[in-house]
Amino acid sequence: MKAPLLSVKDLRVEFITRRGPLTALDGISFDLAPGEILGVVGESGAGKSLTGLAIIGLLDPPGRIAGGEIRLNGERIDNLAPEAMRKIRGRRIGMIFQDPLTSLNPLLRIGDQLVETILTHTSLTPKAARARAISLLTEVGIPAPEKRIDGYPHEFSGGMRQRVVIALALCAEPALVIADEPTTALDVSVQAQIIAVLKRLAREHHAAVILITHDMGVIAETADRVAVMYAGRIAEIGRVEEVVRDPLHPYAKGLMAAIPTLEGRAARLAQIPGAMPRLSAIPPGCAFNPRCPNVFDRCRIERPPPLPIGTRRAACWLYDRGEVTPPARETVS
Amino acid sequence: MSEISVELPKSEPASRSFLGRLKDSDLLASFLSSKVTVVAGALTLIFFLAAVFAPLIAPTNPFDPASNFLIDSLNPPRFVTGGDARFLLGTDDQGRDLWSAILYGLRVSLLIGVFGVLLGGAIGITLGLIAGYAGGRIDSIIMRIADVQLTFPAILIALLVDGVVQALLKGQNREQTAFGILVISIGLSFWVQYARTVRGSTLVEKNRDYVQAARLIGLSPARILMRHILPNVMGPVLVIATINLALAIITEATLSFLGVGLPPTQPSLGTLIRIGQNFLFSGEWWIVTFPSITLAALVLAVNLLGDWLRDALNPRLK
Amino acid sequence: MAAGSPRRLVEVEHLKRVFDVSKPLITRLLEHEPRRRLKAVDGLDFKIDRGETLGIVGESGSGKSTLARMVVGLLKPTDGRVLIEGIDMAATGDPAARRDVRRRMQMIFQDPYASLNPRWRVGDIIAEPIHAFGLGESRRDGEATKPRKGAVAARAGELLRLVGLDPADGRKYPHEFSGGQRQRIAIARALASNPDFIVCDEPTSALDVSIQAQILNLMRDLQEKLGLTYLLITHNLAVVRHMATRVGVMYLGRLVEIAPTAELFARPRHPYTRMLLDAVPDLAMSGRARTPVGGEVPNPIDPPPGCPFHPRCPKAIARCRTEVPQFIDNVACHLAHDDPNWLAREGATARL
Repeated sequence: MKAPLLSVKDLRVEFITRRGPLTALDGISFDLAPGEILGVVGESGAGKSLTGLAIIGLLDPPGRIAGGEIRLNGERIDNLAPEAMRKIRGRRIGMIFQDPLTSLNPLLRIGDQLVETILTHTSLTPKAARARAISLLTEVGIPAPEKRIDGYPHEFSGGMRQRVVIALALCAEPALVIADEPTTALDVSVQAQIIAVLKRLAREHHAAVILITHDMGVIAETADRVAVMYAGRIAEIGRVEEVVRDPLHPYAKGLMAAIPTLEGRAARLAQIPGAMPRLSAIPPGCAFNPRCPNVFDRCRIERPPPLPIGTRRAACWLYDRGEVTPPARETVS
Repeated sequence: MSEISVELPKSEPASRSFLGRLKDSDLLASFLSSKVTVVAGALTLIFFLAAVFAPLIAPTNPFDPASNFLIDSLNPPRFVTGGDARFLLGTDDQGRDLWSAILYGLRVSLLIGVFGVLLGGAIGITLGLIAGYAGGRIDSIIMRIADVQLTFPAILIALLVDGVVQALLKGQNREQTAFGILVISIGLSFWVQYARTVRGSTLVEKNRDYVQAARLIGLSPARILMRHILPNVMGPVLVIATINLALAIITEATLSFLGVGLPPTQPSLGTLIRIGQNFLFSGEWWIVTFPSITLAALVLAVNLLGDWLRDALNPRLK
Repeated sequence: MAAGSPRRLVEVEHLKRVFDVSKPLITRLLEHEPRRRLKAVDGLDFKIDRGETLGIVGESGSGKSTLARMVVGLLKPTDGRVLIEGIDMAATGDPAARRDVRRRMQMIFQDPYASLNPRWRVGDIIAEPIHAFGLGESRRDGEATKPRKGAVAARAGELLRLVGLDPADGRKYPHEFSGGQRQRIAIARALASNPDFIVCDEPTSALDVSIQAQILNLMRDLQEKLGLTYLLITHNLAVVRHMATRVGVMYLGRLVEIAPTAELFARPRHPYTRMLLDAVPDLAMSGRARTPVGGEVPNPIDPPPGCPFHPRCPKAIARCRTEVPQFIDNVACHLAHDDPNWLAREGATARL
């Protein structure tokens, strides 16, 4: 079994407020294999963006990592000094944000931004860096890249800009790319193109991707594995076909049932009563228990750890076979 | 027919009273967190109270000629040798008790400052709302007037207004009109800042959906401006008002200093400073010193308060 | 519903809206630039019957939001007209008639955080239409009397309950509610004037999936209960599949296709519709092969000649580059006019 590229164990992120610390991420654990695409899906407030920010070290105060560890290729990166973290950012971890308008500096040509990033993280000469930038633009599908490399961001359309952002994220050949809602601001027809570009480039550059989104459809098309988040915890994590077709965790089940499909005009969409709790009001035990159709007493008292079912893990007492500590081995039942 | 289920858990109790919410708010916490701000706030409060209760605190009424005796003039403060026990801070050249004069002068300064700011605010907010909401020609006209207005310094406008009114009244009733003239002058000098800020905020708010929703039900523009947009643009206005208050007080003091403001029988802090300046080098230092300290402290306190308010209300700094 | 009322509730005729986006006069003179016009909506015709839900889908630049605002009277059309039960609000001189039309239609906006005045209490927000249309007043001897305060508040409470909230919530401010709850409040406000027709501009786009499900279910329940007619504007094809009885597809200000929902999804006649359907990610993971169509929506200020979709259309022919297809037989496409069965022959698996 290959060693994981990224290993997150028991990550806890909290916000220090006037009224005391609020736990925004409470014990996130997952591994990422090299070249794998992991989808992190959840609704707003679930903590998926925070997870990405914590990994890449861009948590703004009053947020801070309060526990757990993050290891990239075996080395810890959550406790590095800002200088050391900056070196990793870009070179070993690339990031794609949601809004291409704000990810690109409007005053700099895109060629300059690409070349600057390449020069910072590699030892190429400026000429070689520019050639590399042009080849990257070709890869992401920008037509006539030799001309467009000298354009400014506002001269590109939304989809084109996002392609440039993808090129920017990959230009230093990082082993890991974190993409935070990369297609949310784009039209449906462009979304499909961008997803295809992202998937292709990740494969070609052997980069692992953490794809953060609220759109389950995008995950179904793109990811190998998916983690469903709820109230700062992972509700279920497993292979995408399994989780999407046959979700185990009641929240994941409710989520999938609530998504309207193109298939037919159902009488009613299944809905989950209530709403995700605010950070200051997370109930004891399982965070989902007030809304869960299968709730029983234990759920209200004890918080379920991620319990293994086959290659998946679901944090739900329904799947407890008497073992409270999940085994370290991965068996297929 | 399916039930529309009430799936939400029992909601939290409705907002507590205004005071309750204030106590718990971020604004109060921010105020209390800075010692400088608390001191400034306390000082301003003291000044306001002193001005309001001046008739009760002051031993004499310096505006009443009958209570001033020339024989008492130019007495040094009580705590200095040669001072008269009756006069805490000494007397001026008219025999007025300086302590009383400062209290009454403070009152006048604050009154004029507050009314001037209110007038300027009223004009500025109204014009700003209209300019921002109407757009087009009306907006351009109002903004051009504002631009022209800005080229004239406040003092100049005040002198102009004063001159015009004096000519109209042919010098009569100077004492009654002085107050009004000052308020109008200050109001007319300062409205532009309000107008600009409010116009900017109005431009933003008028495109927001809640304004569209109000237009949808057929409300008149005036109603929309007053009931929907105005409450949402008041934030920056409060900040400007606080800082303007300090400026208004200084402007009034300057005008009085120049002799164009209040008559010498109703001295404001500025008048006192002017009077005192003449006596500075002949040894009667107290007449200029104490009013100056008061004025400086007042203006500083109000300014600091305005600074805090601006930072506290700025959502981007949070 | 009065007996004998016409089934046709909304009629849109040759609706156009042009925005002048020219640079200022001086700049234009100096740079020799002509006036620039943006045809946001370029000649729309459709009807909505009582009780139905017409969905309009389109991407950015399609003009659907502009259309929504014109239908509801927030924006004046440059040409064409909107008839609500036969009355053209823009042309009517009679203020009472205009007011009556306004009362009958309402709008739900996209952003639940911007559509409620943050300084007003929720109860007042909901009660405002009641006051504006004089609904709480009673008429005695021809004299209108002001509504009793309690009566209006009670009605507001009733509306809150209708949308699944607690009447006591009327005392709170909007910021105390979540996005989904605010959208419920917006719906309650829209219902306050007892409208017949509600235009919904992306009502759930800003909401999470599970909240969206609640709101969509609520909207359908209310439609059944109160006999509402909806015009639903959205970019989300799945939402429109679930909610609409008929669907119209817009591209660059034009209606390219309109059909009953099941029809449109099973047998799209316009290549753009087909492309849109193909672009939606496949949640069922059927392993269906997709060819995402290239290109993006062109700049509406400078649309391509002929059919605006032709640069991206895999089926474009020479005629498409020069001739604008007319909207005939509910579709605006040369191929669909000449060869109605083109999709069936492709053998491509269309969505059911």
